[in-house]
Amino acid sequence: MFFRSINRWLIITLACFLPLIAISIDIATDNLGADPIQALHIRLGDWSLRFLWLTLAITPLQTLSKWRGMTAYRQMLGLIAFFYATLHVLVYLSVDHGLDWHLIAIDIFESPYIWLGVLAYIIIFSLAITSPKFAKKSLGKNWKKVHRLIYLAAIAVIIHYYWQLKGNMAEPLFYLILLALLLGFRIAVWVKNRQFNKMMIPSTRKIRVTTVPKSLDIKQSGVPSKSSLNELIIEEVDES
Amino acid sequence: MIIKTHKDIPASEITDPLVFKQRRQIIKVMMGSLVAGVSSSALAETKTEWNHAPKANTTAAPLITTSSEIVNNHTNYYEFTFNKTDATQLAQSLPTDPWSVEISGEVEKPAVYHLEDMLSQQSLQEYIYRFRCVEAWSMVVPWIGFPLANLLKMAKPLSSAQFVQFTSIYDPKTMPNQRDNAMLEWPYVEGLRIDEAMHPLTILATGMYGESMPKQNGAPLRLVVPWKYGFKSIKAIAKIELVKRPPTTTWNKFAPNDYGFYSNVNPEVPHPRWSQNSERQLGSGFFTPRRKTELFNGYGSQVASLYSDMDLRHFF
Ligand code: HEM
Repeated sequence: MFFRSINRWLIITLACFLPLIAISIDIATDNLGADPIQALHIRLGDWSLRFLWLTLAITPLQTLSKWRGMTAYRQMLGLIAFFYATLHVLVYLSVDHGLDWHLIAIDIFESPYIWLGVLAYIIIFSLAITSPKFAKKSLGKNWKKVHRLIYLAAIAVIIHYYWQLKGNMAEPLFYLILLALLLGFRIAVWVKNRQFNKMMIPSTRKIRVTTVPKSLDIKQSGVPSKSSLNELIIEEVDES
Repeated sequence: MIIKTHKDIPASEITDPLVFKQRRQIIKVMMGSLVAGVSSSALAETKTEWNHAPKANTTAAPLITTSSEIVNNHTNYYEFTFNKTDATQLAQSLPTDPWSVEISGEVEKPAVYHLEDMLSQQSLQEYIYRFRCVEAWSMVVPWIGFPLANLLKMAKPLSSAQFVQFTSIYDPKTMPNQRDNAMLEWPYVEGLRIDEAMHPLTILATGMYGESMPKQNGAPLRLVVPWKYGFKSIKAIAKIELVKRPPTTTWNKFAPNDYGFYSNVNPEVPHPRWSQNSERQLGSGFFTPRRKTELFNGYGSQVASLYSDMDLRHFF
């Protein structure tokens, strides 16, 4: 069992670095097209976005599939997104601008879409450095509040993406729809829980409790106890 | 003869022709002129080829086809695709031979020229210009062409001709985005003020790197206005009209706040979404800083006087 889970981690971690390997091969074989700097920069940005979206997909997938145990991968996926975002930013600063800070300052100042990239990066950076266990402990209750900023980061990223587009809209639209679904899921859960809480306040009579889960589409057999319902609420609202 | 612009571009800054995958051809042309020993410029060779071999177009066809094998290319040709690489392949389907260009509007002598006839009346020369795209990248291209003014003078513009309107080919059969009415209004239309059109730097190009123009780069005839953003340099020109009023140009109509009628290269006037202060020079290596963009793309000493009494922020 122990070895199996180790293997799974190894495989998933390696898979996350496959894009980096592919990009490195393309650099080495000069296969990045006529504007290799832009191609490199864009591909890193794209992968950061994809891993961020995957991070956000874990909670909905877990809720819908009843498959527990994916939460462990969420932190890792988030860190991979941070990793690719960092490379994206470093390429922008060094490969593209040769660390010419004067040019960089003007470029950022005059490009509103980059402001949102910077905002997103600041957030992702903050989440990454507060992701280790000890940081989680010391932040206590605030940790969840801070980490909900990932939603803001994702919105900043999609605007950052859209704002710099010049022609094609098909692929961006795909990511926009995905993000709408991912965030829509949270909103739906939040609304449901609010209604649920309201209904719970006036009375805790057993008849009420048994009817509520059905109408809420919660696939659970038997009558949930009050405490198990509370647990459910916390899981869906907060841990995302 | 190479037309010298006041600001010479160092040979080292000329975009590696590999970007266009025309390297073999340019070497061939250069070797040709060396062997001939008549002139040290690649141009005489090309000129000879173009002027004394009217069948050059037939022989040129296979050369264009050669460039269709190349995937690494970098052109914006929205009639075909929004992707700079795929345009190379897709554009090969455009029939460019025979080609005619209509010149009409406020002129004494409107005409429909067969392209070959038009070219045979011009002396083709090589113009090495920096090409600055509004997307903040640039390259340096040795175009083969002739001054637009020469052609306009033959049509004898009336004094009422204040602007020149250019229209690209409308060929929805081969141009997918025209067929689908995608994004822009087709056909593509561009325009210049008459004094801009008559300026000696403004050329009609029909080749580059000593060879006929690859289709993805605007064959068979394109405009090149080196001090303006690349999208002003319309490709595959079918019609040139002299008009009284400023033409409604494609990008300006699509997004008037983003793309002005003038669209002179100007580092001080950012695009609403991105900076125009610097540009990535295609062919420059990793970790090389971007190039600081110059006002009028570096051609200010020759063209600034056209705009001396204008607020360039307002007329962007
Ligand atoms: C300091 C922060 C950032 C800077 C300076 C920055 C800069 C840029 C620039 C200049 C582009 C335009 C590329 C081009 O068209 O040439 C771009 C595109 C992009 N960036 Fe960023 N970025 C930042 C943060 C981020 C973050 C945090 C993400 C994702 C999590 C991201 C994802 C993207 C994506 C997806 C694109 C579009 C690529 C495409 O066109 O497919 N960026 N970024």
